[in-house]
Amino acid sequence: MEGFRALNMPRGATAMSEAVYDLHMFVLTICVVIGIVVFGALAYSIAFHRKSRGVTPARFSHSTAVEVVWTIVPFLILVVMAVPAVRTLLAVEDTSGAEMTVKVTGYQWFWEYEYLDGEAEGIAFYSVLDEASDRARRLGSETDPREVEHYLRDVDQPLVLPTDTRIRFLLTANDVIHSWWVPEFGWKKDTIPGFINEAWTEIGEPGVYRGACAELCGRDHAFMPVVVVAKPPDEFRRWVAARHDTADGETSVAGR
Amino acid sequence: MSSVATHPDHGAHAAAKPRGFLRRWVLTTSHKDIGTLYLLFSLAMFFIGGAMAMVIRAELFQPGMDFVDPYFFNQMTTVHGLVMVFGAVMPAFVGLANWMVPLQIGAPDMALPRMNNWSFWLLPAAFSMMLVTFFLPGGAPAAGWTMYPPLVLQTGMAFPFLIFAVHIAGISSIMGAINIIATILNLRAPGMGLLKMPLFVWTWLVTAFLLIAVIPVLAGAITMLLTDQYFGTSFFSAAGGGDPVLYQHIFWFFGHPEVYILILPAFGIVSTILPAFARKPLFGYTSMVYAVASIAFLSFIVWGHHMFTVGMPTAGTLFFMFATMLIAVPTGVKVFNWLATLWRGALTFETPMLFALAFVVLFTIGGLSGIMLAIAPVDFQYHDTYFVVAHFHYVLVSGSIFAIMAAVYFWLPKWTGVMYSERLGKLHFWTSVVAMNLVFFPQHFLGLAGMPRRIADYPVEFMEWNMVSSVGAFAYGAAQLIFVWTVIQCMRGRGKPAPAKPWEGAEGLEWTVPSPAPHHTFHEPPKVV
Amino acid sequence: MSNETHTPYYVPEASYWPIVGSFGLLGLGLGAAGYLQGLAWGMPVLLLGAAVTVVMTVGWFADVIRERAAGLYSPQMARSFRWGMIWFIFSEVMFFAAFFGALFYVRVFAVPWLGGEDPATSRFLWDGVVLSWPTAGPGFLDLDFTPMAAWGLPAVNTLILLTSGVTLAVAHHAMRHGRQGRVLVFLAATIVLGALFLGIQIYEYGHAWRDLGLRPDTGIYGALFYMLTGFHGLHVWIGVIMLAVMLVRVWAGHFTAGRHFGFEAAAWYWHFVDVVWLGLFLFVYVL
Ligand code: HEA
Ligand code: HEA
Ligand code: CUA
Ligand SMILES: [Cu+2]
Repeated sequence: MEGFRALNMPRGATAMSEAVYDLHMFVLTICVVIGIVVFGALAYSIAFHRKSRGVTPARFSHSTAVEVVWTIVPFLILVVMAVPAVRTLLAVEDTSGAEMTVKVTGYQWFWEYEYLDGEAEGIAFYSVLDEASDRARRLGSETDPREVEHYLRDVDQPLVLPTDTRIRFLLTANDVIHSWWVPEFGWKKDTIPGFINEAWTEIGEPGVYRGACAELCGRDHAFMPVVVVAKPPDEFRRWVAARHDTADGETSVAGR
Repeated sequence: MSSVATHPDHGAHAAAKPRGFLRRWVLTTSHKDIGTLYLLFSLAMFFIGGAMAMVIRAELFQPGMDFVDPYFFNQMTTVHGLVMVFGAVMPAFVGLANWMVPLQIGAPDMALPRMNNWSFWLLPAAFSMMLVTFFLPGGAPAAGWTMYPPLVLQTGMAFPFLIFAVHIAGISSIMGAINIIATILNLRAPGMGLLKMPLFVWTWLVTAFLLIAVIPVLAGAITMLLTDQYFGTSFFSAAGGGDPVLYQHIFWFFGHPEVYILILPAFGIVSTILPAFARKPLFGYTSMVYAVASIAFLSFIVWGHHMFTVGMPTAGTLFFMFATMLIAVPTGVKVFNWLATLWRGALTFETPMLFALAFVVLFTIGGLSGIMLAIAPVDFQYHDTYFVVAHFHYVLVSGSIFAIMAAVYFWLPKWTGVMYSERLGKLHFWTSVVAMNLVFFPQHFLGLAGMPRRIADYPVEFMEWNMVSSVGAFAYGAAQLIFVWTVIQCMRGRGKPAPAKPWEGAEGLEWTVPSPAPHHTFHEPPKVV
Repeated sequence: MSNETHTPYYVPEASYWPIVGSFGLLGLGLGAAGYLQGLAWGMPVLLLGAAVTVVMTVGWFADVIRERAAGLYSPQMARSFRWGMIWFIFSEVMFFAAFFGALFYVRVFAVPWLGGEDPATSRFLWDGVVLSWPTAGPGFLDLDFTPMAAWGLPAVNTLILLTSGVTLAVAHHAMRHGRQGRVLVFLAATIVLGALFLGIQIYEYGHAWRDLGLRPDTGIYGALFYMLTGFHGLHVWIGVIMLAVMLVRVWAGHFTAGRHFGFEAAAWYWHFVDVVWLGLFLFVYVL
């Protein structure tokens, strides 16, 4: 029953996701108010202007004045929505000033992450749906997904990122279009074969952030989650060091 | 609309119907019979597409793959979308246009009656080609109704069948649209000026224009898919200097006007039914006409809102965001005009009116979520989630489909000569409206909470609302059986005989001919004064 | 609609042609799909569908011509045909617009993006690649092809097609003045010019294929070149057939100075094909 509480967008873990959340709530509120006004007027007519109450219908059929009003007022409401929208958009799209760059590549049906610069340069690995989920998700598997922890939400190797760091993502794909999405970061971006898209984030809170591929990419589109583990910078540094020590950093995607 | 003086039809030749099944239904040139064919075909497709939706909802009832393979699930989603859009809603509107446009403008038939029949008979050809792919090795197309490359190029044997099926359906739509435009421009009764036409006719005039403008663009896009697959061209492949996103631009240049093709005739229907049951003239006729024209115009310059996440230049994103938001203005004009039409009317609540009122409310909900989607920085979150699925089912199911239902109940007496059962009609309405909201309202929550669309399976935390949605879907599907029963009863002539004008407040030429409408009407054009 | 006297609008009787035409297109579509998938029945079904479609077209138009000769068509009917043709041509315009749109998008956006207009990002995929139009794309840089030169045969072809537009206009003018001899001469000239255009186009394709290394699979330039010129060529071919039919009908005396819609429709179509070519010549060959 827990799930009934999942009603709204998460506030997320970055300044940008909070801006997106606030904008979402702002627009939603305006829409709800418009809805209440419209449905209120309709309900009034339905309740009071019905034939069974013996009313005789009016005959009016136009009024330039009200028509001008209800053309202009919606327009003004739109302007009110557009202003914060533009501000947020420009912030989201500004990928300059990155302290670190990660390249994300979509495959059917897993992700590849490459650290392109800084101390983590050279680390690269694939990130595949974890085995417990993979077993449980099969047609006719005897496992109840509800028994699997983080069903379809976990991978063998998550992307590890430092907090409080402006990170730039370069996104592309190897076969078909995928879309890299962590709701807590406030955006998703398509990964397009042959082209590079850019995006950025700056994570505020350490934690595990879970997302998914958001563009239909074939049979196992539902089974390529995104998992990001955000660590404070010094812990991240320790992770990088450990990673450099163990072998060449490359892990196979055996069986794929 | 203006008042009308008619000429009673000459009884003698009016009654004669062609003999024999073949001549009556296959070789026909009568706009009424062709309209019936379109409507029956559409109903069949609604059930086929609906059955696929039931498979989708059954699989999504709980987490885990319970019934079908994920690839088959994708086939369900894809063909459900294609069948509903091209097979159910568009033919239903064309069928209504066939029946009602000539009657409403006082024309003897469609302008090009033989071509009219061809337009219809291409549809069974197209959809048998599309549906037969389920029986081919590799199954049906599974890349979404939008057919994005490169994924769609991985479709197996079904691929060329899909392309040619869409081509043939497109040819049918273009010819149908040409016919409707020619009819409206050329066959109006004397005195029926453009600004005296009923709104259903107006909305169809604009819709037909949209169809002729964008279906060929879709044809171009899928032709490029075909040559990329079989002739080595690289339109949508970066290695050869093309771009997969190019396809999306072309597709949505078609696709956005297409969604207005799916709603403008519904606007016309609602603008016809509300005044009839409010017993009050439509408010703001002229601005309604201009609003439809503005929506059509804007629809050509907003396609990028389906592609906010592909990485467009920021200037493009801004342009598409502003243009999209602007559509709220003319659409708002329509909604407010409907409210003003009801205001201080004398309302009664027969089934067509109930569907029309539900349309106003539920379409507005869908429109408002559309405006939220238009805000690019938040669409980065909404895009490709169930929030989008909720949006478009509100405008399509409680929009287009509800309007079609309303129209069928409204004109059924004219078509069959008997009244439908008001009791069953109301039952159909109430079950539909409750179930429909159960299916699609929770999908807003799912989308916001992070559930992507087009997934065959989902994490456990999305289970509860999915269960609600699925239960609603089965109830909604079952409710449609009531509709079919009600219609069949009328077609068999079971019911109270209908007078020429069964609705007290209805206006228009169609109510001046007897019910059922005789085989030939308006051989002598009526005079509109 | 000012005149109050009413001639009834002709509603044809039940006709076999629509359903035959549906089977024709079904055969064409199924056959082509089967053929592309390498199925044995593909080609036969395709040919059967094509044959049925041709029979349908001929039969249907024969019916129309017969009905017209029998005097069943009122001026209002002629207006319906007019609207039909106008909107049909508009749909064709939009069909070409899709391909022109692709051309502009590729030249203005895709190729510069791939070719390092923003080297910071594209170098990760296409390192060191420099692209300029015309191109086979960053993945086929070793493909050697020569783009089509504008000022040789293509320019000649442009002149031919433009001239055919003029001869057709003359024929049309003569038609309006009832000078049948002149119509025949200039209509025939138009057809010859159209056929000549097609011949040169075919020759040019051979040249491009063999000598220039330019094929549909030569990257995006080859793709756009063949798609645009190919569909245009197909339309010229259809136009030539239409005009040829009109030649026969003029010969048979079907048309008068006041009533010659069939001829007019074919002429509209031809002018449309002409204009498309101008766009093509400009954007595919010259620029
Ligand atoms: C009948 C079909 C229909 C209709 C009418 C609409 C109407 C609208 N749609 Fe929708 N849409 C679809 C069918 C439709 N749509 C489909 C099928 C998809 C998904 C395709 C796919 O990906 O598969 C889609 C997707 C879609 C997206 C892409 C989402 C995404 O993928 O990320 C967007 C984004 O802008 C959008 C916006 C809109 C807007 C702004 C309207 C507007 O026209 C709505 C206007 C109406 C109102 C706003 C309400 C009434 C107005 C007032 C009461 C006035 C006051 C209001 C204000 C001032 C706000 N739609
Ligand atoms: C006009 C268009 C239209 C209509 C009417 C509908 C109607 C319905 N749609 Fe659909 N839908 C689309 C257009 C439409 N849809 C499109 C374009 C997509 C996107 C596809 C894509 O992503 O590519 C989509 C996608 C879509 C999805 C998302 C799939 C995914 O992302 O994987 C879902 C999920 O719930 C869904 C559900 C439904 C349901 C429950 C109905 C119901 O309203 C259907 C009701 C009808 C019936 C059920 C049939 C009648 C009854 C019977 C057959 C009797 C037997 C049944 C019982 C007794 C239960 N639709
Ligand atoms: Cu990868 Cu969906
Ligand atoms: Cu849209």
